[in-house]
Amino acid sequence: MEGVRLIEVKEEILADNIKLATAVRERLRNTKTLLLNLMSSPGSGKTSLILRTVEGLKGSLRLGVIEADIDSTVDAEKVAARGIPAIQLRTGGFCHLDATMVTQGIDALAASKFDLIIIENVGNLVCPAEFDTGAHKNVMILSVPEGDDKPLKYPLMFTICDVLLVNKIDYLSLSDFDMAALRKRVLALNPNIKIIEVSCKTGAGIGDWVAWLKKEVDAFRLD
Amino acid sequence: MHELPITESILNIVLTYARKNDVRQVMAINLRVGRLSDLEDEWIQRYFDYLSKGTVAQGAKLKIERTPIKLQCNSCATSYDVEITNISDTVCPSCGQKNSKLISGREYYIKDMEVQ
Repeated sequence: MEGVRLIEVKEEILADNIKLATAVRERLRNTKTLLLNLMSSPGSGKTSLILRTVEGLKGSLRLGVIEADIDSTVDAEKVAARGIPAIQLRTGGFCHLDATMVTQGIDALAASKFDLIIIENVGNLVCPAEFDTGAHKNVMILSVPEGDDKPLKYPLMFTICDVLLVNKIDYLSLSDFDMAALRKRVLALNPNIKIIEVSCKTGAGIGDWVAWLKKEVDAFRLD
Repeated sequence: MHELPITESILNIVLTYARKNDVRQVMAINLRVGRLSDLEDEWIQRYFDYLSKGTVAQGAKLKIERTPIKLQCNSCATSYDVEITNISDTVCPSCGQKNSKLISGREYYIKDMEVQ
């Protein structure tokens, strides 16, 4: 019987996706389009946040949206109704977007010029954290009803984001959500993350979010 | 939940290396996966068994080494392992500062494979 030999591989398992994501980032850097990947659980307010962002920007940036859903076009229709170019990607059962799917979305939007493209990722705190979409900035939403313990259950997501939006703060008085404990947990994992408390229902904090977004897009354009 | 695309990538890489090295049978694949990943070892193996049918990797055992979550202190550069459950009480064991960055725990890596 032939002996067993060892072959060195030393390869990143997700190398192909990382390579394609890097190409997406470079392509959009050349056109001065900031790509932002928005992630959260289902129902925490991604589409509502995008609609609030459209209002807050008041047409000051050319915005496009890539929506991802397992199999519906509800979100893209809501965004398009506000006059914002929106592409709906149906992931056909996949629980996350990868750089290949995002490339398709960008190709579909490529006829126009954008300052900012927001990807609304599939609602899920696990899988989207593992796959680089090619975004320049990663932003997540955690809503108050989900609880302050989520950084302990889904730590990876909190480590990869530049901004955490804590949404539905209008529910705080009805809940035992501990904002101080949440901040402590998140900052221990990711000391550089910016935490902004918002309510898409009342509009609280949306001004701070839009100001951060405009500042980032301006810096990206000058870079 | 995302074990399937990850497993497909593992199989593609393994089959590429098998072709390059005239492999008749892959016996085992040694992986390094960070503890921050939510991958379930059992499901990766099940998907692998399914996807690898009829290839030289059929029947290969996936051996997964889990790497710890490691932080490095921004003040004194000491690196240390942490557990997620007590992350909010974690301070640098050397200088007591809280401001640390993540340096390990996200790995997705194929080290090597045992073949015939």
